[in-house]
Amino acid sequence: MTCCAPVDVQAAFGEPMLSDTLRDEIRLASRDLGDGTRQTDLSVPGVKCAACIASVERTLARLPGVEAARVNLSTKRVAVRWNTADGGPPDLIGALRGIGYEANLFALKQDAKDPELARLVKALALAGFCAMNIMMLSVSVWVGADASSRQAFHLISALLALPALLYSGRIFYASAWSVLRHGRTNMDVPISIGVSLAFALSLYDTLHNGPHAYFDAATSLLFFLLIGRTLDHVMRERARSAVAGLARLAPAGATIIRDGRPLYVPVSEIEPDVMVLIAAGDRIPVDGVVDQGVSELDCSLVSGESAPRKAAAGDAVQAGVMNLTGPLTVRATARAEDSFLAEMVRMMEAAEGGRARYRRLADRAATFYSPVVHTLALLSFMGWLLATRDWHSSVTIAIAVLIITCPCALGLAVPIVQVIAARRLFESGIMVKDGSALERLAEIDGVAFDKTGTLTLGGLTLVNADEVAPAAMRVALGMTIGSRHPAAQAIAESAAQRVDNVPAFGRIEEIAGLGLEARLGGDTYRLGRPDWATGRWARNDVSAGTSISVLAREGEPLATFVLEDRVRREARETANGLVRKGLAVEILSGDRVPVVEDLALRLGIRDFGAGLLPADKVARVAAHGAAGRKVLMVGDGLNDAPALSAAYVSMAPATAADIGRIAADFVFLNESLSAVSDALGISRRSRRLIFQNFGLAVGYNALAVPVAMLGYVTPLVAAVAMSLSSIVVVANAMRLSAARKPI
Amino acid sequence: MSSMWWLILIALGMGIAGLAAFLWSFRNGQYDDMDGAAERILLEDDPDGKG
Repeated sequence: MTCCAPVDVQAAFGEPMLSDTLRDEIRLASRDLGDGTRQTDLSVPGVKCAACIASVERTLARLPGVEAARVNLSTKRVAVRWNTADGGPPDLIGALRGIGYEANLFALKQDAKDPELARLVKALALAGFCAMNIMMLSVSVWVGADASSRQAFHLISALLALPALLYSGRIFYASAWSVLRHGRTNMDVPISIGVSLAFALSLYDTLHNGPHAYFDAATSLLFFLLIGRTLDHVMRERARSAVAGLARLAPAGATIIRDGRPLYVPVSEIEPDVMVLIAAGDRIPVDGVVDQGVSELDCSLVSGESAPRKAAAGDAVQAGVMNLTGPLTVRATARAEDSFLAEMVRMMEAAEGGRARYRRLADRAATFYSPVVHTLALLSFMGWLLATRDWHSSVTIAIAVLIITCPCALGLAVPIVQVIAARRLFESGIMVKDGSALERLAEIDGVAFDKTGTLTLGGLTLVNADEVAPAAMRVALGMTIGSRHPAAQAIAESAAQRVDNVPAFGRIEEIAGLGLEARLGGDTYRLGRPDWATGRWARNDVSAGTSISVLAREGEPLATFVLEDRVRREARETANGLVRKGLAVEILSGDRVPVVEDLALRLGIRDFGAGLLPADKVARVAAHGAAGRKVLMVGDGLNDAPALSAAYVSMAPATAADIGRIAADFVFLNESLSAVSDALGISRRSRRLIFQNFGLAVGYNALAVPVAMLGYVTPLVAAVAMSLSSIVVVANAMRLSAARKPI
Repeated sequence: MSSMWWLILIALGMGIAGLAAFLWSFRNGQYDDMDGAAERILLEDDPDGKG
């Protein structure tokens, strides 16, 4: 129980709490349960064990107004019911932060239970119950029950099969009907026809005292197929909820000035020309123009630029940009739905690329499969009718053909491989949205990377920490520890690992665009831009991707800090590996040419595009698509989101902007870029296994169909053949998890 | 012969009882947090104050 004893991490940094804004956000994101009681869902990724559950629930329950708090460890969420006299929410996030847990608000639409999963599990439970009991009766028939008990057993089986067919089978009928109405066909069409005809024939035979009934085949088929479908769904939901649990970027509301007083309103109520107050550390909710204040902005998610940009009165700012150092007053120029973020969403919808036209492998197989099977069944019916003039036995044989070919193996061939592939990806920290993404990834012939946040980590890191004297490091740590500026945070993080015993500065001033100034004794220390810190003009003669900060005492330089947007681990190896596999690799970035060129050179990537606007990125990706090339787009920013959805298949790091993560087919959690080649490798191997499974299923049919057409198939033969073929297909898929498993 | 019918009835009855129990527990939310249930037995008292 020692894995996560709560610690007061926040106190060490003394970060100012934006308590009022947060409380208003909590109120906006909560749900009314009636009688003034409201429920708020928080995502708390740090909850890991019983001790965490206890401390989170106790801390929240102690807050005034909180009625109940319940942790869900599987989804890492807390549901809090609260009812306060004044209607204002308790400071839930602040309380959790106080005991060392980061918490994010959950948007309303994300917390609904999953009705689809509940439906599938109930259908599966019913089908399992019916199939097992029918099988029990069928085995008694096969070992030789006398005619009267056989008849009774068949009747009981029919009674048991009916609910399974009506309730569990409806999932397949609905899907089959919806594609048939559009003049297409999928795997569910032969399944639905086979199952219903088998049931109808067996019922007829039972009522006419016939010796054979296929109730067991029909229900166990439903049961097996529902297992595959449920697994598939669970896997997708797990990936989805893991993605949704990451921090939310778009603010739910903002503080505006109305009649001279600050007021917190939902983002959707901000009209043009309204003054919006933006504290340091907040994201800008709508497009606007800076009216008052000086600050620096982190535009990395919006434009792909890694270096912070200075903003002063008169500068235009875009929604989604993070305000870093000083408070700003921004005059809104557009409503939220006309802002940059909403514009990106519209471009994404317009760009829907290859994925919309893509047809799943299983569906493509079904378009060949179902006509062939139905023709064969029809042919055997006509053949036997002509030969024997016996309607009943001809129909029986035709239905036996349908049942024996009913694509149990084929229906499992694709999902079982994809479920195992998704689990392997999940183990290596990659989340896949659905099976179609895996199939598309295996087909790519080119990869386009975004730069900031994708090839690089999107934040600054101190690269020359070892060259800085410990004394200067101590001063730097003391100055930077409370700052929000990325450069200062990078220095503080690196310094904290090397030195302790920090000097106590009386007052530290942050001067936007220049740096930090502090006084100790009679000396003035400055840390920031070289020319400002030393009072002399200095040339920044390092490569384009780096920035330099100088620490000076009374204008005399003490140390130089070189900061860089660090390249992701294994970026070079991954890029080279992809090129060796014969893929065209390129960089699409919104950053300046020299920065992009420098990185491209270091990674050994020949093609790059710099200074691209979101629309340019989409155009580049769409041009590849038009030329018949299938491109994987890897990107993280808001500006990448349209390109992500235009690409044949797309991937985003977990640090990506919300809409980027939603647009991407894959999301990877690791810092290393090797996730791209891992995902490609697994998807290609699963594609190979899927084709092998198709081969096995076709081979099985080639053996079984002649036997069925000759009329030798009894329910016993059908049951054995179906189970055997399914086991073979599943066993083949299992090779994916066995092969090259890291130990 | 009639003992066999009783056996079939009992077998089906037990199956239905199991199915109903599963559906009840599923609807009751007992499968919503499998990891949490495993950890909660280590807690001394439930801070929620209920079951």
